Amino acid sequence: MSKTTLTIALMDPPYESENLTTAFRILDVAARRGYDLNVFAYEGAAGLAFARQAPHPNPVHGKNLAEENHPTTKDQVAALLAETERHGGKLDWVNCGMCVDERGVSEFVPGTRRGSPADLHAFTEASDNILVIPTK
Amino acid sequence: MAHYLLIESRDPFESNDVLYYYDLARDLVAAGNGVTLFLVQNGVMPARPSARSATLSELARSGVEVLADDFSLEERGISKLAEGIVASPIDVVVDHLAAGHKTLWH
Repeated sequence: MSKTTLTIALMDPPYESENLTTAFRILDVAARRGYDLNVFAYEGAAGLAFARQAPHPNPVHGKNLAEENHPTTKDQVAALLAETERHGGKLDWVNCGMCVDERGVSEFVPGTRRGSPADLHAFTEASDNILVIPTK
Repeated sequence: MAHYLLIESRDPFESNDVLYYYDLARDLVAAGNGVTLFLVQNGVMPARPSARSATLSELARSGVEVLADDFSLEERGISKLAEGIVASPIDVVVDHLAAGHKTLWH
């Protein structure tokens, strides 16, 4: 029996939309099942894996860096990569090159790569199913 | 018969587009398809008994499986659901994707 492969296309930028929380929840379930996963991150989502994101303290709430425990999407992407591998799956995370260039976010976390809409086409051809999560 | 998973992330109190999505679910069932409507994020707001929940209950009676994401419900403090709506983990989305069902997000 062939392995299940799913593709999800993401469009929302980091720290703005609940769509990404839901997307990571879906991806996490699929990763735990050992599925192979493809993610095409385009438009604002091209910044999700940007490596120079930094957590910060919250002086307004009187919290230092550790107390604030600010999550970054780059860490979530890295965790998803690790989770997928731990369960025997593969995650191919592609950051749309033009979107990356427009935003100056070309430094990615290891394990993700630069690509183009041609990758999304290839993903679609090779996947059992695809979910596109557009911006609102 | 095809099976569709329609994911609704928007609140009908905020966006009138949502009602068209409900219409799509109803029409797909009427055309002989299987349809699951999965409410998530603010899409779960009409799952509580309210002015907008009657439409969802009617969809359920017409044969649409109406599910509401348990995490989204908990975040919003919704524990009582309108007739025909069932709380569900998000795993059901992956179930449908893996089964090859046509999946749309709104």
